[in-house]
Amino acid sequence: MTALFTEGERIHDAKVPAGPIVGQWDARRFEAKLISPANRRKLSVIVIGTGLAGASAAATLGEAGYRVTSFCYQDSPRRAHSIAAQGGINAAKDYRNDGDSVRRLFYDTIKGGDFRSREANTYRLAQVSAAIIDQAVAQGVPFAREYGGLLDNRSFGGVQVSRTFYARGQTGQQLLLGAYQALERQVADGTVTTHTRHEMLELIVIDGRSRGVIVRDMVTGEIETHFADAVVLASGGYGNVYYLSTNAMGCNVTATWRAHRNGALFANPCFTQIHPTCIPVSGDYQSKLTLMSESLRNDGRIWVPQRSDENRAPGDIPESERDYYLEVNYPAFGNLVPRDVASRAAKNVCDQGRGVGPGGRGVYLDFADAIARLGRHTIVERYGNLFDMYQQITGEDPYEVPMRIYPAVHYVMGGLWVDYDLQSSIPGLFVIGEANFSDHGANRLGASALMQGLADGYFILPNTINDYLAAGPFEEVDHTHPVARSRKAAVLQRIEVLLSGNGARTVDSFHRELGHIMWENCGMERNETGLTDAIHRIRTLKKEFWSDVRVTGVNEELNQALERAGRVADFFELAELMCIDALHRTESCGSHFRTESQTPDGEALRHDDEFSYVAAWGFAGDDLPPVLHREELHFTDVQMKQRSYK
Amino acid sequence: MNITVRVWRQQNPAVTGRMVAYRIDDVSPDMSFLEMLDVLNETLTMSGEDDPIAFDSDCREGICGSCGVVIDGIAHGPEALVATCQLQMRSFADGDVIDVEPWRAAAFPIIRDLIVDRSSFDRIIQAGGYISAPTGSAPDAQTMLIAKDDADLAFDAATCIGCGACVAACPNGSAMLFAGAKASHLGLLPQGQPERDSRALGIINQHDAEGFGACTQIGECTAVCPKGIPLDMISRLNSDVLSALRHHKA
Repeated sequence: MTALFTEGERIHDAKVPAGPIVGQWDARRFEAKLISPANRRKLSVIVIGTGLAGASAAATLGEAGYRVTSFCYQDSPRRAHSIAAQGGINAAKDYRNDGDSVRRLFYDTIKGGDFRSREANTYRLAQVSAAIIDQAVAQGVPFAREYGGLLDNRSFGGVQVSRTFYARGQTGQQLLLGAYQALERQVADGTVTTHTRHEMLELIVIDGRSRGVIVRDMVTGEIETHFADAVVLASGGYGNVYYLSTNAMGCNVTATWRAHRNGALFANPCFTQIHPTCIPVSGDYQSKLTLMSESLRNDGRIWVPQRSDENRAPGDIPESERDYYLEVNYPAFGNLVPRDVASRAAKNVCDQGRGVGPGGRGVYLDFADAIARLGRHTIVERYGNLFDMYQQITGEDPYEVPMRIYPAVHYVMGGLWVDYDLQSSIPGLFVIGEANFSDHGANRLGASALMQGLADGYFILPNTINDYLAAGPFEEVDHTHPVARSRKAAVLQRIEVLLSGNGARTVDSFHRELGHIMWENCGMERNETGLTDAIHRIRTLKKEFWSDVRVTGVNEELNQALERAGRVADFFELAELMCIDALHRTESCGSHFRTESQTPDGEALRHDDEFSYVAAWGFAGDDLPPVLHREELHFTDVQMKQRSYK
Repeated sequence: MNITVRVWRQQNPAVTGRMVAYRIDDVSPDMSFLEMLDVLNETLTMSGEDDPIAFDSDCREGICGSCGVVIDGIAHGPEALVATCQLQMRSFADGDVIDVEPWRAAAFPIIRDLIVDRSSFDRIIQAGGYISAPTGSAPDAQTMLIAKDDADLAFDAATCIGCGACVAACPNGSAMLFAGAKASHLGLLPQGQPERDSRALGIINQHDAEGFGACTQIGECTAVCPKGIPLDMISRLNSDVLSALRHHKA
């Protein structure tokens, strides 16, 4: 195992301001250097990605007067995958007078993350949460309202206070349209330039500073070099390393992985959230998985047949032969246990051969009792759109036949390491939203992803990036700089290699196989044997990929196979690091369940004495083991506790 | 089931496109329409018969608005209220011959095969599809009361996913349903009032400048809209434009 990685220096300074936690953000903003409005237009920033974090950051930096260049791989900034978030956004507004506060949101987030996030960052997230709602409403985001005209709230994900703001089941869409419209307003004002259908393929680091990017114009194939005084990555998460996930088809790790290869530390890569309520896989051709809001668990009852050789239709199985395993094993929380517990329990009953539906990878989510108790009308009102969606995809009527659900990869808590300023270990490279590791620790609470993306983009980054940019503008560089040239040459060479092989397998077939290895060995439950085996298999498959992949066409055209090939190539490297990270963390915490570390009754067992740190990995070179840098986590404002849902 | 698709193939904007037929065997009714195209692309890649078919798609759950093709003459295909990515093959029958074409409109030039350039929609938003609310300047969210009915109606308009099906379906190639949805979303809210005139004029002028046709109330747009945006969103925009012109005169 020692050969898999080496130990590097510990991270001593995450630039968290001194003093009590409540005053740290004020202190940081006061200490950070300011830049006069007249000087801001001399400074330029590149923003990669236009989801909630990227669009809100680009718009806000544009408003401040910086020259902003924004890139996205989609054909419009509005299509970034934040758009698909359903549930809602948390904020410590306490509009319900139910005991909520900044401190409670902070505590719930830290506890939900199983004490593996940085206290100061999480506290700040809770502090700025309320302003996000104000901002969104001012932009015209149509949050749900009550008849009196005030904003409505609901409780989400088993939390005991009602702090979640929502817009039907389309909260992400509405928040993103707000940020997108703010972004387009700055485009009209001339402060922001957008480049759609452009994909970042390399980071340019000159004299120790992040100074630019190399992007591919996905229509013409042109490889372009862009420079700025700072670069912001808001490129989202890497859940597609598992091939099947609830992510959009194009979500990828390339921007953050290329930054990692250029020196940015990658933190907690193995922390992956798996969502329990997705529509199960129906066949090998499956391209993605569809999430259904976990609000369904409020009224649906989860069960599987008691017998593994059950062939009857669900309606013909008598109550006495059903196993409502969550209600039985977790009487206090029942069907509302946290996401990781519900997901793992579903996998376990399927592994016992009691799963339902094609391939036996599914469990029932049954609304028969709820319909009998509340009436069909109420169920239509609460979940009508979700039931319609389910029926459209599966062809089954969930009012008559129980839904089938199965867990799917949904979100990654891991990402590039950042300090309190959201700056990576490369000066001038900032990372925001899902792309960084920041605030969610080992698990993320429901309705907190939207909050973090917008907190970073609207309020945190625009206040911390000043401090860095105040030393600029930096020395003028252009495409003739040796580093820019060599990076561009490397990008072109990689493309040439991908296109040159006339191998026997498609990109997707490799991606599917990689995803399967990751799902089985680095998914809901991990152990030493599986992870060690996975690392070997990933290495073998990666070699085969480079010698046997078939990518048709040329670079100088719109070439979707080439786009995918480049992304999958980076997924291979990431997958190996994820497995090494998972292997070295011999504790169960948050979303990370290690078979070797459980309580006598089979629950997750954390080891705070050994693992209360952020694992920030450095890139040492191709075929060299990664270097582990630890950032110790200190909890002064909360008391660490083991989670219990019994 | 076994089906045949006839697909619009056009390598780039400079060349002339044509319909090409491909047979696909063993299609599962549980496949999505786009997964059927994925499978065809895998086959084309390995057989070397043709380049894979280029088409846009991203979220594949009907919300991002990336996907969209004309299937047997209907934008997003035969099922109402779904985007192409939510269409399942069980909507088709064994032996079917299915025509697959890109959105066709002067303001949506073809880039390749089934992919078109919809950047004109972004420019319409730039021309006024926003509320000016610089970050940090917002009052507390509860200071503004909005009647639930208004909020709900604004929401109905705001559900537009910007896919462009309305344009593809319109015999005039008009984008008035898209434009009307945005003007209505913001115009129905109190926050949207100060810029209501300039927004309506900005949006309508940009719409026309992009080469979209005029609306003659045919209604094909709303019939294919995956989100069911109603036709009266267009009337709201027209009404806003008229009142803006009146204010302008005065």
